[in-house]
Amino acid sequence: MPHGDELMQHSQSLEPISKELTIPKLFSQRCRQYGKDKVAMREKEFGIWRPFTWQDYYDNVKYISLGFISLGLQRGDKVALMGANRPEGLWTEMGAMCAGGICVWLFQESMHEEVKYIIDHSDARFFVGETQEEVDKALGVVDECPKLEKIVWDDPKGMRTYSQDFLLSIRQLQEFGKELDAKDPELFERMIQEGHGDEVCLLFYTSGTTGLPKGVLLSHWNMLTMGKNLMSIDPCQPTDDFVSYLPFAWIGEQMMSISCGLQVGYAINFPEEPETAMENIREIGPHVMFAPPRMWEGMTRRVQVKYMDSAWLKRKMYEMGTAIGYKVADLKLDKQQVPWHLKLLNSLAHLLLQKKLKDHLGLSRIRRAYTGGAALGPDHFRFFHALGVNLKQIYGQTEIAGIAFVHRDGDIKFDTVGTPIPETQVSIAEDGEILCSSPSVFLGYYKNPEATEKNLDDGWLLTGDKGFIDEDNHLVVFDRSKDVMTLRDGRPFSPQYLETRLKFSPYIQEAWVIGHERDFITAVICIDYSVVGKWADEQKINYTSYRELSQKQQVYDLIQKQVEHVNRFLPEPARIHKFINLFKVFDADDEELTRTNKLKRAVVGERYKDIVEALYSDRDSVHLDITITYEDGREQHIKTDLRIQKAI
Amino acid sequence: MVHATPDPGNSLLKLDNIQMVFGKVTALTDISLEVRKGQIYSIIGPNGAGKTVMMNCISGLYRPQKGDIYYKGQRINHLRPYKRASLGIARTFQKIELFGGMTVLDNIRLGRHIHLKSGILSGSLYLGPTKKEEVANREFIEQDIIDLLEIEHIRDKTVHMLPYGLQKRVELGRALALNPELILLDEPLAGLNLEEVEDMARFIQDINKEERWQVTCILVEHDMGVVMDISDRVFAMSFGHPISEGTPEEVQNDPEVIKAYLGEEDIYATRR
Repeated sequence: MPHGDELMQHSQSLEPISKELTIPKLFSQRCRQYGKDKVAMREKEFGIWRPFTWQDYYDNVKYISLGFISLGLQRGDKVALMGANRPEGLWTEMGAMCAGGICVWLFQESMHEEVKYIIDHSDARFFVGETQEEVDKALGVVDECPKLEKIVWDDPKGMRTYSQDFLLSIRQLQEFGKELDAKDPELFERMIQEGHGDEVCLLFYTSGTTGLPKGVLLSHWNMLTMGKNLMSIDPCQPTDDFVSYLPFAWIGEQMMSISCGLQVGYAINFPEEPETAMENIREIGPHVMFAPPRMWEGMTRRVQVKYMDSAWLKRKMYEMGTAIGYKVADLKLDKQQVPWHLKLLNSLAHLLLQKKLKDHLGLSRIRRAYTGGAALGPDHFRFFHALGVNLKQIYGQTEIAGIAFVHRDGDIKFDTVGTPIPETQVSIAEDGEILCSSPSVFLGYYKNPEATEKNLDDGWLLTGDKGFIDEDNHLVVFDRSKDVMTLRDGRPFSPQYLETRLKFSPYIQEAWVIGHERDFITAVICIDYSVVGKWADEQKINYTSYRELSQKQQVYDLIQKQVEHVNRFLPEPARIHKFINLFKVFDADDEELTRTNKLKRAVVGERYKDIVEALYSDRDSVHLDITITYEDGREQHIKTDLRIQKAI
Repeated sequence: MVHATPDPGNSLLKLDNIQMVFGKVTALTDISLEVRKGQIYSIIGPNGAGKTVMMNCISGLYRPQKGDIYYKGQRINHLRPYKRASLGIARTFQKIELFGGMTVLDNIRLGRHIHLKSGILSGSLYLGPTKKEEVANREFIEQDIIDLLEIEHIRDKTVHMLPYGLQKRVELGRALALNPELILLDEPLAGLNLEEVEDMARFIQDINKEERWQVTCILVEHDMGVVMDISDRVFAMSFGHPISEGTPEEVQNDPEVIKAYLGEEDIYATRR
């Protein structure tokens, strides 16, 4: 890293955080500090990036906040929020917090049961949805959730036929706020000053790989200390750009947009539509990014697919460039000196390949990139480091405000999650469970003392994950303890590790590795429809649907090659002996994945038990009879035969 | 759903005894109908009933041998298609007629061309009025069309690379760029999957009902579920003859209509 850069980073030191400080107080400070002189956020709308200054941010939040008050919001009331990433989303969240409310974000794709459970369990009195779709979801549960009083929407499209008296628009809400402000101009600032750092600001429902969602209570203090501790090791600049496009219902997004965002004061950019996010990221060129593995896997796949599509010369250039990149990355990761000739070659590769590739991925200005929420495979890690992207693992639960461990710059090991962030202590219990303590450890689960007792012990968070501290003081996390598996002869293996290796193949979108208490390991594969589909077009293979394509003999042979490629680098017991191509992709709406895209092994194990059985029998196909639920709740019954293929 | 009854006196389009003959084939015989402002007016009939011929007569591609066509009380029989377009009649086609090599945005802009007043000189110098015109038109296309039809993510894609369902949407977008008062939709739902059908039906209702648009729609469509759901009036025809006209319920229960569709399996079932 150049020297000047480092100096600049140290000049921006974060203010200390006292227990008195709240997110709204910090928000008010920043708005006063920057006012009309600095852009707080941008949104691409109608094809143009539109800026909002800190003053705009302040005004919008103020009127929303006062609007909530005139609707009768009391301190401690819950406000449920749902919608895509957009300024209004952040305004309403901040507005509710300024009024002393507690925000409950719902995932946009959540269906009836989930919405009902969370709104009812959280005792939400207000619901703010973006479009007609979210309003419909709230209207669908309003009869079953008597505590819900008002529904606010922000996009008027399609709302012309709605006349319920408990519905109002954000504009109306702000009008109410303006009226109140005219009567009592000091009220907003007074409300902000009333808050205390120990008060709850967010109620987060964790999807969890098992059971009903639990409501995690996080205080202002939790959120602010988390942000401060991350920023103290990985500083950002007020002039930086960040793109907010991952769900606000994910703690990682709150970390970047609210906690770090307010402390540093960088600009938050919102894409035009979810579909345009990748394009918009490229236009902005963010300096910092935090995304779950799926996003990084997607980027890798995009490059791999483009590579397959390119002409001979370009492919050769790519191969040479990445070979150099990999060599340099491997040396750096081993903390070895990179010889001068390799450095020279790498700068050439950078000029000819990496720079352009990074630009296409929107990573040309990236200083630090984080992955978190699940494990990212070593192949993906190497891929980004070979490109010169400083990708690092974050580890932490919602219960610890999202982060407890992170790789330090220049000290990255693929199989670890790094070292604790400042003010965080770690301890490994006798049974290997990871225990963490930090100012960011949550206050407890909402209305669930048993779970709180199970997971919270005198300021220590019992993570439920197992792991150990390695010789470099890095934490190594095994899979969730329930996922650590042993073969029948007692040899252990890590299914998640194998799955991430499989997913490095562009043809494989999802994988599920089986083998607990069995004689050998097998896998269920979900092919990537677009990549395999394209490949099939080139091979002149006809198909009409995902299901048909997945069952083609040629596709099976293609996947077999991918599996065998993975097997080649594995010790004998960890090799995958048989696999099956599933007729669909695992989907969160079918409850096969969590909303953050983690495989729910118990659910798939139960749903596809016929497949598991068949994989461990002598049969070469399996008959399946199954019901699939679509996003709008419609169901479809599917009967199909799937083939089983062996790999070496 | 409750439909607002339009003012009966507000006639927008009137066909009076239209007859259209191709050689020895009579495609339309004695077709008379009246579309009022604000309606969604559907034309149904088995294949070959002459629905598209009728659309072509209205838009000016064909000149009927007999009968009169009135638009806002003005007889438009003699007007060429582009003249009718400038009066506010836009259309989409059964088979997509976009410029495949051009981007989505360019296709839509093309629909706007008729409203541009700047000449070569002020255009090349980008003078005041031209600039104002550009900005206003850009705003119109972005806010009222691209946002409405949710095609932000494809605005710069070439049309022939797009899936069929999106091309249909772009075609609607181009028709809307004309800022029409009357839009002729020739089988806008044909070839779409269930989700796309739902989207398109919603767009049609949006452009008909939203205060910004309030476009009168003439809809030729085979998807009876959607037709019966969103139409204010339905006109049924068979072999070029009118057989029924009325509210969706009336037409649905008309024995003549049922007879015309005889042999076709449950015509009122929508795609599920």
